Amino acid sequence: MLDPTIPPGGLSVLLDGAALLPLELRGLTYEAGEKRVIDRLDLTIENRGITVIMGPNGAGKSVLLRLMHGLIAPTRGEILWAGKPLDRELARRQAMVFQKPVLLRRSAAANIWHALGLRGIERGERGIRVDGALRLAGLERHAAMPARVLSGGEQQRLCLARALSLEPEILFLDEPTASLDPASTLAIEGLLIDAQRRGIKIIVVTHDVGQARRLAQDVVFLHHGRVIEHQPAKEFFRGPESEAARAFLTGGLVL
Amino acid sequence: MADLTEAFHTALRLIATFDPRLIGIVLLSLKVSLTAVVIASMLGFALGGALAVYRFPGRGALSATLSALMGLPPVVAGLFVYLLLSNTGPLGVLQLLYTPTAMIIAQVVIVTPIVGALTRQACEDLLEEYDEQLRSLGASSSAIIRTLLWDGRYRLITAVLAGFGRAIAEVGAVMIVGGNIDHVTRTMTTAIALETSKGNIAFALALGIVLLVIAFAVNAALMGVRRFANRLAYA
Repeated sequence: MLDPTIPPGGLSVLLDGAALLPLELRGLTYEAGEKRVIDRLDLTIENRGITVIMGPNGAGKSVLLRLMHGLIAPTRGEILWAGKPLDRELARRQAMVFQKPVLLRRSAAANIWHALGLRGIERGERGIRVDGALRLAGLERHAAMPARVLSGGEQQRLCLARALSLEPEILFLDEPTASLDPASTLAIEGLLIDAQRRGIKIIVVTHDVGQARRLAQDVVFLHHGRVIEHQPAKEFFRGPESEAARAFLTGGLVL
Repeated sequence: MADLTEAFHTALRLIATFDPRLIGIVLLSLKVSLTAVVIASMLGFALGGALAVYRFPGRGALSATLSALMGLPPVVAGLFVYLLLSNTGPLGVLQLLYTPTAMIIAQVVIVTPIVGALTRQACEDLLEEYDEQLRSLGASSSAIIRTLLWDGRYRLITAVLAGFGRAIAEVGAVMIVGGNIDHVTRTMTTAIALETSKGNIAFALALGIVLLVIAFAVNAALMGVRRFANRLAYA
């Protein structure tokens, strides 16, 4: 169905995600009411590969991703992209795919068209990118279909294609395949690997260990709102340093 | 009973032969209510969309007021507009009382809260789902409102139909500010009231039938829109 080795037309632009790196989080704290979801977290991400954020439920993975993307503001601490705090201009160079596909009540093509419009892409270019994104996601035959009647896997592919059509330098994904079947998961992973090769810096939250093994260049292991480990994937999977990560990888319960 | 049967036949004949007096009244009613609904919809969409998206002090109170005004009795709306337009009122100089324009204004007052409150609700429901995605895409507040209004289009259509149903059927407001003047401000509802009190049951009945058909048509349209939207998963 999808072959990630074929360069997709219309989306073949090479991007430089590294221009926004390193990403530095310093003393990052996020409190929701009484609860401290992110707790004085320090983290530096500077490699070009796919960074996977893992951890048990409630570790603060989704919140961390939203903080990085600027959807929520930290209670304390700072987030720096290549030394600069996130502003409107930097935010335009990022995109995010959510766990539950958020699609407008419009056709598949119109969903991508709308997103490109919000980013101020002019109309001629928009048409080209819509076609390219639909082809990339293998959805060209569904272009005119209402987006919300597509299958779960197709919807998430559309969401990813929409994000990629913006040609972001940084792409966040929050458990993008959590509720998808293996074929759809594989299709999404193929698109991610391909996007990373084209220079997009990808930061993905997952608690699927298999997926982390397939994608990660480096792994950030989060527990109770703090970074317990941040290692190259090979080392992390060979032997995690912390008890929590070891328990997580062996399928044990992490408390 | 025989009288009633005869009146019913006369009523059907009036409709079937397009009785000019009957048609005149029906057309005036439609003109007034449709114009009012178009204006009220523009106001209601803007108001409802803004209330759903912008955060400002007094927003909750304004939303609650708008919802409460959905139940505004037409006679009260009529009285309010009457005071506004009467010679001693703030807009008295415009000399609009007892004109179709006055009736349109009164119906705008009745319909705007209906469309506005339903629009706000529709937009808030959508925003809950879309908020993070739209902010991630960098949408401005006005772009968010435009997106919500378009994506809520089927619910907005039902809101507009509900408003039209209310406007075409109300009698209190048009009676007070229109005055039920023959050929000028006589609508279906005010004519029914007058003809019935005069004992001209056939004519009142004819108008009643037309009104009923319009009400049924509006309801059928409402159901049709809902079904269509559900099929596309756009509801």
